[in-house]
Amino acid sequence: MIAAFALILVCQLFGEVVSELFDLPVPGPVIGLVLLFVGLLIKRKPPKVLTDAADNLLIHFSLLFVPAGVGVVTQIDRLKGDWLPIAAALIISTLLAMVLTALLMSKLLPKAKPGESLEDGQ
Amino acid sequence: MNETDITQLWVYLSAKPLTGLTITLVAYAIGFWLYQKSDRNPICNPVVIAIALIALLLKATGTPYATYFEGAQFVHFLLGPATVALAVPLFRQTETLKRALPVIAFGVLFGSLVASASTVILAWALGASPETLASLAPKSVTTPVAMGIAENIGGVPALTAVCVIATGIVGATLGPMVMNMARLKDWRARGFAMGVASHGIGTARAFQVNETAGAFSGLAMGLNTLATALTIPFLWHWIFG
Repeated sequence: MIAAFALILVCQLFGEVVSELFDLPVPGPVIGLVLLFVGLLIKRKPPKVLTDAADNLLIHFSLLFVPAGVGVVTQIDRLKGDWLPIAAALIISTLLAMVLTALLMSKLLPKAKPGESLEDGQ
Repeated sequence: MNETDITQLWVYLSAKPLTGLTITLVAYAIGFWLYQKSDRNPICNPVVIAIALIALLLKATGTPYATYFEGAQFVHFLLGPATVALAVPLFRQTETLKRALPVIAFGVLFGSLVASASTVILAWALGASPETLASLAPKSVTTPVAMGIAENIGGVPALTAVCVIATGIVGATLGPMVMNMARLKDWRARGFAMGVASHGIGTARAFQVNETAGAFSGLAMGLNTLATALTIPFLWHWIFG
C-alpha cells in the first residue's frame, strides 16, 4: 500500500515538476495521470496494490471537494453580482453540451448491441 | 460552563487544524448519510450538504475561511493524488477505447469545446466579469483539474469549485430528463454525454441507471479531463492574450 501511494505521489511530483519547468498551463496532477496511464498501458496487468490504492482514493472522491467548496463563503459578493450569467451558464450550457454530445455519439458509435439501448425493456 | 468559557473554548479549538479537519469529515458523513436515506437522490448531494453545513457553522461562529482551511487542507491535499489515481479506472476502459478510438476522441473534443465555449459566450453575453468567465470556463471537468485550469487562466479557484459541483448536480438531475425529451435511447451515448458535461457527479448517476452508461460516462469523464486540461488553457491564452 505504501509503495502504491508512493508511486502515485511520484507521478504527481513528476507532473508538477514538468508543468513548472516548461511553464505549462496543464495542472501537474493531469500530467501525472497521463504518466500513470501510459505506465499501465505498458505494464498491461497493473499490480493489485496499486488498483486498490487508487480505488480507495477515489471511493470518496467527492469528500475531497468540500474544503475548496466551502471557499464559496469568500465569494458571496461575486455570486450576488454575477448570479444571472452563472446560473444561465450552469443550467443552459451544461444541458446543451450534454444533449449535443449524446446526439453526436448516437450517430457516430457503431450500432448498439442488445441491452445497450433504452428500448430493450430497461 | 458559562458563555465566556464556551467562547474561550471555541477560540482555542478553532485555532487547531484538528477542528477544521474533523468538521470536514463529520459534515461529509452527515451529508452522505442523508444521501443514502434519500435513496441516492442527486439533489441530496453529500458535497453540497457538507459545504452548506460548514459554511453555516463558520458564519455562526464568525470563523474566517483561512482558519478553517488550516485543518481542511489535509483533505484538500488529496485532490492531487486522487487525480493521478483516475488513470486506473481509465485504464479499465482500454478495451472500449480501442474499439472506437477515433469516434470517442472526436466526441470528447466536441463535448469539451461545446461545454466551455457555450459557457463563456452565454455568461459573457449576460455581462459576467472577466474573473467569473475564467472561473466558469472549465466547469465541466472534475474539480481539482478545473481549479488548476481556472487558476491558470485568471479565474477564482474557489468560485470554480462551487460551479463545478453545481454543474454536476444540474447534469445528474436534469440531464436524463432532457435526453429523454430529445429521444436519445443509446445508453452508451447517454452515459458518454453525462461524463463529458457533468464529470464525476454525472458518472455516479449514470452508474445508478445503467452499467453500460456508467462505463461510458467514466471513460468520457477521464478523457474530458485530459482534453479540457490540454486545450482550454492554450485556447484561452491564444484568444484573450
